[in-house]
Amino acid sequence: MTTNNVGKLSLRTEGDRDLVMTRVFNAPRRLVFDAWTRPELLKRWLGVQNGWSMTVCEVDLKVGGGYRFVWSRPGTGNMGMRGVYREIVPGERLVSTEVFDDAWYPGEAVGTLTFVEQDGKTTVTSTMRYASKEALEAVLKTPMERGVATSYDKLEELLVSQAAA
Amino acid sequence: MKPTSHGQLTSSRLDATFAALADPTRRAILARLASGEASVAELAEPFAMSQPAISKHLKVLERAGLISSGVDAQRRPRRLEAAPLAEANAWMEKYRQFWEANFERLDAVLEELKTLEATEPTTRRKKK
Repeated sequence: MTTNNVGKLSLRTEGDRDLVMTRVFNAPRRLVFDAWTRPELLKRWLGVQNGWSMTVCEVDLKVGGGYRFVWSRPGTGNMGMRGVYREIVPGERLVSTEVFDDAWYPGEAVGTLTFVEQDGKTTVTSTMRYASKEALEAVLKTPMERGVATSYDKLEELLVSQAAA
Repeated sequence: MKPTSHGQLTSSRLDATFAALADPTRRAILARLASGEASVAELAEPFAMSQPAISKHLKVLERAGLISSGVDAQRRPRRLEAAPLAEANAWMEKYRQFWEANFERLDAVLEELKTLEATEPTTRRKKK
């Protein structure tokens, strides 16, 4: 991965139950790792869009320790997830489990984040391994804002415009 | 609006699409058909597979609505149907947009952290 890929998101499936994302950040890996593991930083970027804010963000950063995230949007409700850290190499690698309170896909997912630094830039690779092929398919079909009426409206528009094309 | 029934309808179509796409031979067949229609014999050629084996894959693709058969009674050429693929891609695109938005905010957070470190080098956070 060269540095001119900063900002470009690569998203692909590998095998039939891994979803792999790669993104280069213009910062040393120590800071990127911090932004992924410190609640006061996580709350500023993870899932906080379209009126959603993170109302619970607890991180017990040790192997066997847990994390707990809850997002809320007035008028819509809450969406929570939790998991357990399995492997922690500060600035390099973070492995954790992930399960949503109201999971729309079967089983627990295992996420592996790796942070590789070159010339002050950090390549983050996120590999989510889902419990089954069906779970990965369900995830691809339904991003985090699932079940929200407005996203169905948007989807409908999208499908109608594609059918017309 | 009935989001649930709509969601289920879309869901079963997408299930068929993603299941069909899960196989590398079927993906290769679709890639071949992207450059134009082809008969079963032509499709079987690049694979070390019998025509009946290829036909099985074609059936899965056809059931998913990803391909259709032409009217030529002799060759029955298969051709690509773009709509279900576009639909599957649209979901992937939504997922991508969600993460792109996250990472743009993360970029801003990182810029701020770098500035903080540059301006206050003596108060750099100690690693535990």
